[in-house]
Amino acid sequence: MVTLLTAEYGVENIVKSFGGARALSGVSLSVKGGEVHCIAGENGSGKSTLIKIMSGVHAPDSGLIRLGDKSFTQLSPREAVREGVQVIFQDFSLLPNLTVAENIALPTYILKNSRLLSKKQTNQLATNALDLIGVDIDINAPVADISIASKQLIAIARATNLGVKMLFMDEPTTALTRKEIKRLFEVVEQIKARGVATVFVSHKIDEIQEICNTITILRNGEVVSDGMMKDFKRQGISQAMTGLDVSETRIAPKLKKSNDKVIEVKNLTTKPTFSNVSFSIAPGEILGMTGLLGSGRTELAEAIFGQYPVDSGEVIVDGKPIHLNSSSAALKAGIGYVPPDRLTQGLFLEQSILNNLVAVGIDQYQSSGGRLAKSRLAEAGDRWIKDLRIKTKNPLNPVSSLSGGNQQRVVLAKWLAMNPHLMILNGPTVGVDIGSKREILEIIRDRAQEGMSFLVVSDDIPELIQICHRVIVIKNGQISKEFSEEQLDETVLYKELS
Amino acid sequence: MDFKKLLLRNETALIIAIVILSLVIGAKSPEFFTLANLFDIFRSSFVQLLFALGVLIVIISGGIDVSFPAVGIFAGYTSVVLMQHFEWNPENLLLPIALSIVIGTILGAINSIAIASFGIPTLIATLGTSGIFRGLMLTFIGSSFISDIPIALDKFATADLLKIQPEEGTLARLHILIIPIAIITILVSLLLTRTMFGRSVYALGGGVEATRRLGISIKRTQAKIYMLVGGLSGLAGILYVSLQRKANPYDLTGSELDIIAAVVLGGASIMGGYGTVFGTVLGVLLISLIKGNLILLGVSGSWQRAAVGALLVIGITVQAINESKKAKNRRVSTSDEAAE
Repeated sequence: MVTLLTAEYGVENIVKSFGGARALSGVSLSVKGGEVHCIAGENGSGKSTLIKIMSGVHAPDSGLIRLGDKSFTQLSPREAVREGVQVIFQDFSLLPNLTVAENIALPTYILKNSRLLSKKQTNQLATNALDLIGVDIDINAPVADISIASKQLIAIARATNLGVKMLFMDEPTTALTRKEIKRLFEVVEQIKARGVATVFVSHKIDEIQEICNTITILRNGEVVSDGMMKDFKRQGISQAMTGLDVSETRIAPKLKKSNDKVIEVKNLTTKPTFSNVSFSIAPGEILGMTGLLGSGRTELAEAIFGQYPVDSGEVIVDGKPIHLNSSSAALKAGIGYVPPDRLTQGLFLEQSILNNLVAVGIDQYQSSGGRLAKSRLAEAGDRWIKDLRIKTKNPLNPVSSLSGGNQQRVVLAKWLAMNPHLMILNGPTVGVDIGSKREILEIIRDRAQEGMSFLVVSDDIPELIQICHRVIVIKNGQISKEFSEEQLDETVLYKELS
Repeated sequence: MDFKKLLLRNETALIIAIVILSLVIGAKSPEFFTLANLFDIFRSSFVQLLFALGVLIVIISGGIDVSFPAVGIFAGYTSVVLMQHFEWNPENLLLPIALSIVIGTILGAINSIAIASFGIPTLIATLGTSGIFRGLMLTFIGSSFISDIPIALDKFATADLLKIQPEEGTLARLHILIIPIAIITILVSLLLTRTMFGRSVYALGGGVEATRRLGISIKRTQAKIYMLVGGLSGLAGILYVSLQRKANPYDLTGSELDIIAAVVLGGASIMGGYGTVFGTVLGVLLISLIKGNLILLGVSGSWQRAAVGALLVIGITVQAINESKKAKNRRVSTSDEAAE
């Protein structure tokens, strides 16, 4: 392992274009074994392209890939795996139909060029890998049947398994809570000690500063800054990434005092997930809701929207109790919900941006005879693209062609279009870069000023402090504490959480 | 595996269906429960099973192949024509079988090129090649019925492993093919469960992108799959010719329905990723039972086709319902975990 520690991995002068567009123009970076390196950059800065080049998905137009003492002008995915390059993608890249054990063991078999596999060896490989990161998961369960948090751990176990020399983690913390992130960082420290060169791709500056030794900041396909992490300041990183001066000051609009309630939740209970949860939201109020993964926060949000079964309790909208356990009743009452996993739940990825934008309020665009008024559709689409600053050349392109931040804006627009009284946003800026995040928060602020109420579910504490009037903390399915506007403070909130 | 899980398995449901259907048919007609009839069901299942094993592999990989009957009859018929033309008439079966497997594999390779190299959707690609293969055969190889097939093939039709004469009733003959077919079935099962190729097939059906990222070559895996299916279809084709004791280029048309129905009823997911050899064996037996014995219940031949079609639709519907149920359970169990 000693030799690994001195080995260097990285790229030199990589150039890559797609069609006419330059994705990377002469990018170099180098990571030593046993080092945690951060690649920071906005969406579209070239981070993903760089990962794809190093993992053999794309071939660069020119430049070199260096892995220890070997150089390559391009890699095939198989070579990349064999040379010890592993990537944990945001979607984990697991196979739902295979067992946990097989998902972990298959890459090892491929690496060794095995033609045959035995159940015993598969289980052994999986058990070892999970032990290595100190995780206990039923290895015989199909991956389709396990929770998202476990999937993440499996993806890590798989990548850290045998032979990995350079490990990319693409936004590894998006689906994790504070507690799990801590756990992940412990695991990262372990593989670091084993001489693995780890590359962290993340938007979350707190986390980057906590875990990384060195950093490369990309903007528009070029390295704008790099060096030791300790030489960088928080503001400096976001400024380098965006090229803008982005502050994180509070932007929540002033709330008019009123006794009106847009929504009242009374004693909502579904055992054992949550019990006796009561709160209300005033017009124009932005209520934050946070809690660890497993605290019941997501289930609560889904329950209010009628997507999660409710045993007892009431949800009162504009003075009238609504029918629970029905999302169409919630929709009718004026509740909108943007799920955390926008990729699978919130969007029709292969459909056009326009179709996605108008999907929710589709009834509004009917002309006589039930046909859709195409011109009105296009008009509404253009308006939303402009209002929410969605970056696209053509609204007829599929949503999948957009970057994460822009996709999230499409989801938002889709729901804002129906003008709900209460908008529930679950993880509104998950996987979104700093610039887009700011814009999304501004959209929320502007709408709240117009009187729309929000319930923002998030574990991004700085974000909640920036935008919310009040924050409730959920613990074990109950409200453990409520923080008023004056009480909002990062340290206090983190303390209440853990 | 606990008892409840065992009950929920597709294979269990199939066994129950087969038992019930047998009891119903047996109650109506006593000749059903005879050794002779059982061996007949086996005999009519051999070729079907070979085709079905190929189709199973394709379906697990997330694709579909509708060209296998065309490949089978092309390979079988062409082998016979070639042997007649060159006046090869050996005593043993090796030549015609090898010939037919090679031809089948070549046709499979054509499917591979269309699918792996040109990326044509599998249904369309194989629908197209199916037409091409049949057309080429009828145009260039022959369109006439051949009844004097090579002696080895003809003899093999009556090669029995066992002959049992009950005290009354018909002679029960168990064809020797039961042994090679059993071996091939076990081999395919091992191929799917114990080899990297087999697991790649499942992986492909589980997700193309995730499979690619594992470092598995999608194109190479697909190419192997369709060539393997071609080879299996070639073998099935020549055995079909042998058992029928004639080579009719118009045969096997429309058998896609029976085979695909058998595989889907056997639990293979039409969306890919799931399926077992055992399930497919049961599916083939069930379809053979329906095709061969529903007539004993007074169901006419034309209705049998409708019955098989209905079973295919039912099979896929059950899959869809199970899938949505599972998804629901998953949500609940995820939140259970969360609550802990």
